[in-house]
Amino acid sequence: MDDFLIRALLGGLGVALIAGPFGSFVVWRRLAYFGDTLAHSALLGVAIGFLLHVNLTLGVLVVCQVVALLLFFGQRQRQLASDTLLGILAHGALSLGLVALAFMEDVRVDLMAYLFGDILAITTADLLWILGGGGLALIGLLLIWQPLLAITIHEDLARVEGIAVDRINWIFLGLVALSVALMMKVVGMLLVTSLLIIPAATARRFAPSPEWMALLASLIGCGAVGGGLYGSFLWDTPTGPSIVVAACLLFMFSFLLPAFGRHQG
Amino acid sequence: MTCSGEPLLELTDVNLTLQQREILHQVNVRVCRGEILTVVGPNGAGKTTLLRVALGLLTPQTGSVFMAPGLRIGYMPQRLHLDATFPLTVRRFLSLGGAKGQPAIETALAEVGATHVLEGSMSNLSGGELQRVLLARALLRDPDLLVLDEPVQGVDVHGQVELYQLLTRIRDQHQCAILMVSHDLHLVMAATDRVICLNRHICCKGTPEVVTADPAYLELFGPLGVQNLAVYTHDTEHRHDCTCGHPHGKTADNG
Repeated sequence: MDDFLIRALLGGLGVALIAGPFGSFVVWRRLAYFGDTLAHSALLGVAIGFLLHVNLTLGVLVVCQVVALLLFFGQRQRQLASDTLLGILAHGALSLGLVALAFMEDVRVDLMAYLFGDILAITTADLLWILGGGGLALIGLLLIWQPLLAITIHEDLARVEGIAVDRINWIFLGLVALSVALMMKVVGMLLVTSLLIIPAATARRFAPSPEWMALLASLIGCGAVGGGLYGSFLWDTPTGPSIVVAACLLFMFSFLLPAFGRHQG
Repeated sequence: MTCSGEPLLELTDVNLTLQQREILHQVNVRVCRGEILTVVGPNGAGKTTLLRVALGLLTPQTGSVFMAPGLRIGYMPQRLHLDATFPLTVRRFLSLGGAKGQPAIETALAEVGATHVLEGSMSNLSGGELQRVLLARALLRDPDLLVLDEPVQGVDVHGQVELYQLLTRIRDQHQCAILMVSHDLHLVMAATDRVICLNRHICCKGTPEVVTADPAYLELFGPLGVQNLAVYTHDTEHRHDCTCGHPHGKTADNG
């Protein structure tokens, strides 16, 4: 196998592993649109990266964090419904990114790579970002796992029982922003949410507990990455979308299996 | 009328306005150990808001909230916003309230009479089972004060009677106080020591027989509220200090 394929596979598997647990929470807490907003704003991060001549991943990371922060505070006001706010931020940031890139005449950007991902172009540095950042995100999530579950079930109940709800939510959104920024590389900003949601939704029917669902979602994501890469290699199809198609197929085929019990895999 | 005994929680002259709407006006509530206090009132009367103030989840603009030092509160929310995709057994749900060990969980579940659902999924519980599981979670806090938001919601009449009896038993055994909100005006009257009739301000309060005879109460609930006199079975001494010096033309607004 060529080096770039190995890097692609490792990067893809790394991203799938991150996506499992985070995707489960995104599904439980109905944050799909939130993930989308973060991903859309990533293009602004790319533009800022070019503008300031800093690492593009760093630019994306910073913008995602800022947007997460804006959303965190935005959801506390009651003037606008939160999906309206998300829509404004998502498309505002995406358009601002596109306009900013258009102004930079000396910069030529492969937009498709950012919109739909370019897993085959993953560099060793990218791989390190995914493994390092992803590891950090997962460790962070593990540390807040129990209180985050309690908050997901009932926020006020958790608050009464002494959990620092705001702080945990804050950390969680920051971690989601981090993982979304990393996943961008593989499936692109338009498809990030699908990699979060589809494996988690597939895992649901076979999971006896939240932990199993997170783990199964990771494994199913890995299967989708493997299948998508292989299909893309065979039929010369775009890789990011192929991975998502593979995830969708797994989702559909999962209904052929009996639910629950202890079918792991 | 206030309670006698060790005061656990006291709201004094509480005023709360949310989005330019006055929700609570000059509300005074005192809860003492060993009593069951029920807040009744029409929709939009601020019942849940009152509970949220008592729980410390909302801070009133003026007035004070006193909590006895070291007060342990067990809270039972109105409903869970549990997503159907959340795989959670009852056992796991109860253990999330704080690590107290499996024996404690089984004891609490036995106390509310729901041992059979221990390994079941939270999303498959019936209305009555869910209320009991939520109550068990509150009991696991080893509470001085139980705060219950519509504890019999989604339960049939027979189950409601059982639940109210269970609450009385819990109060007796744990020597805790119970502060609850109720939609129901009938069965609850037999299960509570004192009633507060709330419609943004406190219309009247006292023992169930005092409140149900109060003109303010009758005006607020109309003939519906009178029926419960037939159900009410307590026999304690009356004390008429329920005065209400203002009209109650319109109840909650329809918005």
